[in-house]
Amino acid sequence: MLIYSARRLASGFVLFILVAFITYWLLSFSFDSVIAVRLGASATPETIAAVRADYGLDRPVVVQYVDWLTGVFQGDLGRSFYTQEPVADAIPPRLFVTLSIVVPALIIATIIAVFLGTFAASRGGGADKAAQGIMLFGYLVPNLLIAILLTVVLAINLGWLPATGYVRFGDDPSGWLKSITIPVIALFIGGAANIANQVRGTMIDELRKDYVRTLRTRGVSARTIVYKHALRNAAGPALTVFGLTFINMFGGALIIEQVFALPGFGTFSFNSALQGDFPVLMGLTVFGVGMTVSVNLLTDLANGWLNPKARIYS
Amino acid sequence: MTSTPSDSTVVQPSETDGEEVRKGALARLVRDPQAVITGSILILMIIAGLLANVIAQHDPNEANLYVVNAPPGTEGYPLGADQAGRDILARLLHSINTAVVSALIGASVALTIGTAFGLVGGYFERLRGVTEWTFTLIMTFPGILLLILLMPLTGGDYRATMLVFGVLLSPGIYRIVRNMTVGVSRELYVDAAKVSGVTSSRILRRHVLSVVRGPIVIATAFLCGTAISTQAGLAFLGVGSLSIPSFGAMISEGFRNIGLAPTQYLWPALTLGVMNACIVLFGNALRDTLQGAQPKAQKIAVAKLVDGFEADAESEDTPALLSIRDLGIAYPSPSGALNEVVRGVSLDLKPGETVGLVGESGSGKTQTAFGVLGVLPNEAIVTRGSVRIDGTEILGAPESTLRKLRGDAIAYVPQEPMSNLDPVYTVGSQLVEGIRVATGLSKREAKSRALELLERVGIPDPRRTFDSYPHEISGGMAQRVLIAGAVATEPKILIADEPTTALDVTVQADILDLLRDLQQEMGMGIILVTHNFGVVADICSRICVMKEGEVVETGEAIDVFANPQHEYTTMLLNAILDEDTVRTDPPVSVGKPTEGASR
Repeated sequence: MLIYSARRLASGFVLFILVAFITYWLLSFSFDSVIAVRLGASATPETIAAVRADYGLDRPVVVQYVDWLTGVFQGDLGRSFYTQEPVADAIPPRLFVTLSIVVPALIIATIIAVFLGTFAASRGGGADKAAQGIMLFGYLVPNLLIAILLTVVLAINLGWLPATGYVRFGDDPSGWLKSITIPVIALFIGGAANIANQVRGTMIDELRKDYVRTLRTRGVSARTIVYKHALRNAAGPALTVFGLTFINMFGGALIIEQVFALPGFGTFSFNSALQGDFPVLMGLTVFGVGMTVSVNLLTDLANGWLNPKARIYS
Repeated sequence: MTSTPSDSTVVQPSETDGEEVRKGALARLVRDPQAVITGSILILMIIAGLLANVIAQHDPNEANLYVVNAPPGTEGYPLGADQAGRDILARLLHSINTAVVSALIGASVALTIGTAFGLVGGYFERLRGVTEWTFTLIMTFPGILLLILLMPLTGGDYRATMLVFGVLLSPGIYRIVRNMTVGVSRELYVDAAKVSGVTSSRILRRHVLSVVRGPIVIATAFLCGTAISTQAGLAFLGVGSLSIPSFGAMISEGFRNIGLAPTQYLWPALTLGVMNACIVLFGNALRDTLQGAQPKAQKIAVAKLVDGFEADAESEDTPALLSIRDLGIAYPSPSGALNEVVRGVSLDLKPGETVGLVGESGSGKTQTAFGVLGVLPNEAIVTRGSVRIDGTEILGAPESTLRKLRGDAIAYVPQEPMSNLDPVYTVGSQLVEGIRVATGLSKREAKSRALELLERVGIPDPRRTFDSYPHEISGGMAQRVLIAGAVATEPKILIADEPTTALDVTVQADILDLLRDLQQEMGMGIILVTHNFGVVADICSRICVMKEGEVVETGEAIDVFANPQHEYTTMLLNAILDEDTVRTDPPVSVGKPTEGASR
């Protein structure tokens, strides 16, 4: 298990470095246009080149990248072109806002999905049809539309919840809860449908396996077979979807934030991208990629813990 | 997800004749109302988008200050105008075009990259490491975030954005194609093609592509849906040019204006919602048509009985340990008619006796065994007969009664040892679980009982095996573990379904010896399901020969061997390999035995 973990960790690390490099390299094509926008009327090829040299952006991309990466490992992500705020300080509060809607949504989605998927797979018949109908609905409606619909009904018409804005948890916990309620609902529906469908499919396969029959012949109850044996076996594939759903939800949150005017990762990314605030964009990449890599890593580790075979073969 | 009401009969597209399959699939698709309705709506939408300039009277960006926030039905503005005085109908129709172009770009990029690398990675094993790595890398990019971050590069142009998005979507396609290609390239006919000198690219085109086509078509439908909603989301956020009408931009404008003119938000939201729903539903219909019915969920329960079923055993004076009378088991055929696989089987088992249930595969012997244990698959239907264990009728008995019997009176040793152990729990914990369910012993007592049993069944290091996972022990060991599990509660009846078939020849005799010893110790009656007359001769006192669901001959083993009455028995006996017919060429390894090949 230790070797397995170390290998996963090392591979995650290499992925991180590579993905960050590719992003850096892609963004390097836009240096000139970004600087030109910044300089406005005074932009000439000469002034642009001067600014590039100022920031050290005239060196080969690889050199710039290594330079930047060295900074990253020392905790220095540079400063914003525009506000001069250290990037490493600017991002975490915004990330927190986004995660505070993504994490609850993911937890709720998972609980509902495991229940719904297991229920559908182990009951069959009408229960299965009903559960599939619910999952289908979750797929069909884009979460952007759910978000707006909920705002219109719950916030604007009924006035139960605030339509927009974010209240910091430290300032007012109940206000914070109210401010994230609608975004969380809008987010978890699609994710729950996705995970539930996976749980259902895997559970159906598991319940058809030979060992289930053998357990039955030993007098083990259906409940124990479903929850102790089949569900644990099904957890591996479901976990993979869990990881993907987290990443999807994070992407969805970037857009949904806009509906509720939450000062999160998405709004920040969008504004920085509009300005071409290069250090901030790379900082956002670090956090974004870091998060995806660690979620994948955690799913792998959890999988290794759940499934003794995985420890050997990967 | 949703199953089509008709035509669930044709399962899995045939792998060779691609053209034929496609025609058949198309014909079936046209008969599926879900596909027809959603497909027509989508086509109508696309046509409306193409005819945007004809249908709408204004340019989507033409602003007219006199019609700002005009209500629907205004002259020349059927759906009204937005806050900039632009024709909502025109913008809506052009938004359809934007969505369609997004879907086309996103899906085609993902398809091209995913398919190409999937074929290469699946077919050429040496390159697979590289392609796997590349696509793991792509999957690590935080999708939508990257699209936002790359705005300085793409300039927010939705076409460029969708190009990048297509790359980000490609791992899904890659995985599908890679998996199927790996599957196909292991097929014998592909080996045959390689040997006859067919080039790799021809094999890929001719054999592999025809197989992966179905799943790719299905995945494409979902790709289009994802591309459209992502584009809408990004446009909502403000990524993209203001002069390009799109659902996202319209929703965003309508949302900001919702207090003044709520319908402005409604039109694009409705169109996007309907479009998305149609794509998902169409994709589902496609999947059902191309891949056949999805596996259905089933409840863990005793098999159903045919309507009006009544156990019809006459009461006997000396009830046998197990008595099967006129047992019938059927499976519904796709048309709904019942197809009997066990037809009127009768059999008695006395304590200490071993009865061999013999027949070729498909003769119904395993189904009979499952029927006795009450663990028939959910689709099975018991049509007639009676099964009594120690005088208790089990057909129609509730699961709770059966559970008691299973723990106590009747036990089962399966054919394939590995697939019958739960891979995620240690051997020991599985034994302990069975023992505790049946006897109610404490954990500690159950553990010492399990260790005793492991020793009894001839496992050299019981403690180590107890702590091992199933994949850490050999097939022979696993079979001993399963036997230990079966006899843990000293059952009166043991049903062994081909207990030696999956094992090495050297281990087979040991396992049979073990069964014989255990039987003498515990006085169990054993039903041994097998197709191997050698095994029967070794251990069985009586024989019951089955063919096509019926018992064709029953008798003392010695008599049947000496003087078979039925020609089928004679045929089976003649099929036993003797020294003259054993082949002398070395055996060819054909890879791992397939899992779960029983039944």
